[in-house]
Amino acid sequence: MTLTYYLVLAAILFTIGAVGVLVRRNAIVVFMCVELMLNSVNLTLVTFARATGTIDGQIMAFFVMVVAAAEVVVGLAIIMSIYRTRRSASVDDANLLKY
Amino acid sequence: MTETLSGGETVVFWVLGPIALAGALGMVLSRNAIHSALWLVNTMLALGVFYVVQEAPFLGAVQIIVYTGAIMILFLFVLMLVGRDSSDSVVETLRGQRVAAIVLGLGFAALVGAGIARATQELTATGLDAVQGEQGNIAAIAESLFTDYLLAFEVTSALLITAAVGAMVLAHIEREPGSRQTQKELSRARFLTSEKPQTLPGPGVFARANSVAVPAILPDGTPSEASLATGIEPETPDQMPRPTGREQLGTPDAALGTLDPAPGGPAAGEWSTDR
Amino acid sequence: MSEVLPAEGLLGASWLLIALPLAGAAVLLLGGRRTDRWGHLLGTATVVAAFVLALLCTFQLAGLEERSADVDLFTFISTGDLDVRAGLLFDPLSAIFALLITGVGSLIHVYSIGYMAHDPARRRFFAYLNLFVAAMLLLVLGNSFVALYVGWEGVGLASYLLIAFWYTRPAAATAAKKAFIMNRVGDVGLALAIFLMFAQLGTTSYAGVFGGVGTLAGGTITAIGLLLLLGACGKSGQFPLQAWLPDAMEGPTPVSALIHAATMVTAGVYLIARSAPIYDLTETARTVVMAIGALTLLIGAIAGCAYDDIKKVLAYSTVSQIGYMFLAVGLGPAGYVAGLAHLLAHGFFKAGLFLGAGSVMHAMNDSVDMRRFGGLWKKLPVTFVTFGLGYLALIGFPFLSGYFTKDAIIEATFDRDDWLGWTTGGIAVLAAGLTAFYMTRLMLMTFFGRARWEEGVHPHESPSVMTAPMVVLAVGSVFSGALLVSIFPLSDWLEPVFGEPEEAAHVIAPATIGIALTVIMLLGVLAAWLFVGRREVPVTAPVRVSPVTRAARNALYADTINESLFMRPGQWLTRALVWVDNRGVDGAVNGLAATLGGSSSRLGRAQTGFVRTYALGMLGGAVLVAGALLAVTAG
Repeated sequence: MTLTYYLVLAAILFTIGAVGVLVRRNAIVVFMCVELMLNSVNLTLVTFARATGTIDGQIMAFFVMVVAAAEVVVGLAIIMSIYRTRRSASVDDANLLKY
Repeated sequence: MTETLSGGETVVFWVLGPIALAGALGMVLSRNAIHSALWLVNTMLALGVFYVVQEAPFLGAVQIIVYTGAIMILFLFVLMLVGRDSSDSVVETLRGQRVAAIVLGLGFAALVGAGIARATQELTATGLDAVQGEQGNIAAIAESLFTDYLLAFEVTSALLITAAVGAMVLAHIEREPGSRQTQKELSRARFLTSEKPQTLPGPGVFARANSVAVPAILPDGTPSEASLATGIEPETPDQMPRPTGREQLGTPDAALGTLDPAPGGPAAGEWSTDR
Repeated sequence: MSEVLPAEGLLGASWLLIALPLAGAAVLLLGGRRTDRWGHLLGTATVVAAFVLALLCTFQLAGLEERSADVDLFTFISTGDLDVRAGLLFDPLSAIFALLITGVGSLIHVYSIGYMAHDPARRRFFAYLNLFVAAMLLLVLGNSFVALYVGWEGVGLASYLLIAFWYTRPAAATAAKKAFIMNRVGDVGLALAIFLMFAQLGTTSYAGVFGGVGTLAGGTITAIGLLLLLGACGKSGQFPLQAWLPDAMEGPTPVSALIHAATMVTAGVYLIARSAPIYDLTETARTVVMAIGALTLLIGAIAGCAYDDIKKVLAYSTVSQIGYMFLAVGLGPAGYVAGLAHLLAHGFFKAGLFLGAGSVMHAMNDSVDMRRFGGLWKKLPVTFVTFGLGYLALIGFPFLSGYFTKDAIIEATFDRDDWLGWTTGGIAVLAAGLTAFYMTRLMLMTFFGRARWEEGVHPHESPSVMTAPMVVLAVGSVFSGALLVSIFPLSDWLEPVFGEPEEAAHVIAPATIGIALTVIMLLGVLAAWLFVGRREVPVTAPVRVSPVTRAARNALYADTINESLFMRPGQWLTRALVWVDNRGVDGAVNGLAATLGGSSSRLGRAQTGFVRTYALGMLGGAVLVAGALLAVTAG
């Protein structure tokens, strides 16, 4: 077993998150999928930190977490306000900006 | 160091890896958003353990405390506020979207996985002992964070405060001063305008079960959809004796009701479940 | 041509000649209605002041040894090799024109005060008249062909504005357009001639061109001469561009008198006389000038016999008389002075005749139909006398101005003593008889015979502000010929320009020609008496007439020829081009636009508004990038 396994696992998790973004319509679930993608990237960062023997990867992962936290707060607030005005949390319902 | 990792780690990986994958798949596939959130918690916990195993105990702790603890709870709060609606439906409305997403996802996973496998075949785990030394992981992170990454750290604090303010602004509902209605006005408005001035029936009233998923039975024997919370999939109430109108009662024995469906009313279980 | 010297003294201020009327026009046009009350007085004052200044300048010029003054003003155009200095040339030739323009112009301005008294747009009229005087003075005073061209276009503009002065009348608007467009044809010739001069000689100033023209090839000189002649024909209403001039009579009568009789239409004669050093070198161009002059004077005389519109008759008479002038200047050195003398005399008597016609129209409620005149000599005595003197001068009554100047031209023509001289001279003599015929017809129909006035017409003599200029012009008509030929010979005055007049060897004795012309003139008068004066004039023109009369009434079908030769093919060409433009060019452009628009709207369908669709695109892109990276690293 090598570190490659971690990386491949991270890639698969990322892909699942991406597919989830594409197929789910509930904005909150879509958001969760985005979080999953961020987490898989964090796993990659931690793995590479270990592989290269530097702490910087972990620092990056730390920042990703912080930024994700901020993003979740704002994103959920946006979902809330959209829901209040449109009575829907579906990403397909917000489709007025089109041809 | 070594190319191959220790046996213990291998065991941990092969146990938690499938769990993480299952969590991810479960999140995408489950119909209920709350289930999705719980599946995601599952994956995140597994990843947290991976961090600890991979010489990042601080990040592992943060993952469990902040992600699975704080952020996912926030998700659940919002889910409670928003409730469930048609967006939970698993019917795909965009033609070809699901097929294309899966095909592209498989392609992406294959390409990236192949690329990673090719590039990191001989990847050795150098380990962090040289960097961390005696002081340990947290002190090493702190040292780097407060020296090399100090500016980024400070900027992040600004980002956080901005996000907090932004969330408040977005979630805040502006009301005109004095526009808040009193209880008297509210009840008057309800009685004047609403067709149904009384409170909504609670679930399970006169039903066989007390579950929130069982609709209330109205006096005429029909189930009341209004008694159900949004997002609850109603269960079919069992056959049960139902009270009938006073004029139909006749004898006191008859007042006990029958097992036959009420004359004229819809048969039990006939009412539409797809709302 | 004599050496030009920098101007000194009063001559240095000769630019004021142009500036004064120009300032008047500017004040009147920009001042708007505020200047309505005194605008006509200002307009007249500027022209009178210009006349006084021109007189003073001429006196000073007469005192100079070289009798030529060059006034350098400023750089007009400086680009590449072209360096045009704006400057004035005050020499005897421009002096007589300046005097004619400002003198006759002043009289006509005074006359217009009365004539236009009841017109609400009188201020605008005077503004345009001032503009015309300024442009005409620039035309004759400029010291280069470019300055002349600027003035040339300026008078064209003023002419257009004044013909269309009553622009609410469709006839006036059409006539103005016709005049403008036919003038453009001539102006193209002039412009090409100037281009040719610049291309060949690198300069457009008179001094430079006339100094260097001798070095050019004969063909080039002839080309320049013919192109200049085209310009002159357009401006002067000569064959084949004569058709606009009679129509231009739609303008107010003072305009007809000033622009379309006395001054502007003689600009072509001025151009040819000014370009004498060019024409002296090209026999071919001079022959063409003579032929055109002879042809035009005959056409004008024939057409003049048939019209019943008093102003049109005078207009064709103008065409005919300018034909005499062209004939004269086409003769070369022998004829320049004769042509210019006839020009000056014609300026007097034709302006007087037009003013008289204006006075008659004024009396007859603006009617121009001679068949509804008659017997006016008692009602309009002053007009009758002044008009009659102009008439006698025009038909060449002995010892009046036309007698001297026209005789001189015909003499000079016969003096050539070749087939061209004899032919054109014969035509000129014949046309002199015709002139006597149609002018006598005009006199008889207007002033004599029974009164055929329309209902409600009460003829009355014009106010003195109108008759005074007529009297002055009548006096000029009587004496100018004798003055210019005998007492103060024009040939002496113009000697610095055209050189020493050589004593011509007369083929026919002048006295013989004088007597012969008088006899021909009397025959014309007699014919008119027989055809018109003896009989009752019908109130409507007879319909059953001979083909000759019909042709004359249609001005020898000049308009028809123009239309069928130029207008119709032009229209066909235009239609064809429009068709090609609509179907071919527009089709291609519109097709391209439609293709792009259609494909755009079809591509726009990709913007469904669904975020997930866009995200799918992003994932697809990511797959492509990952695949590309892998392909590159693996390869």
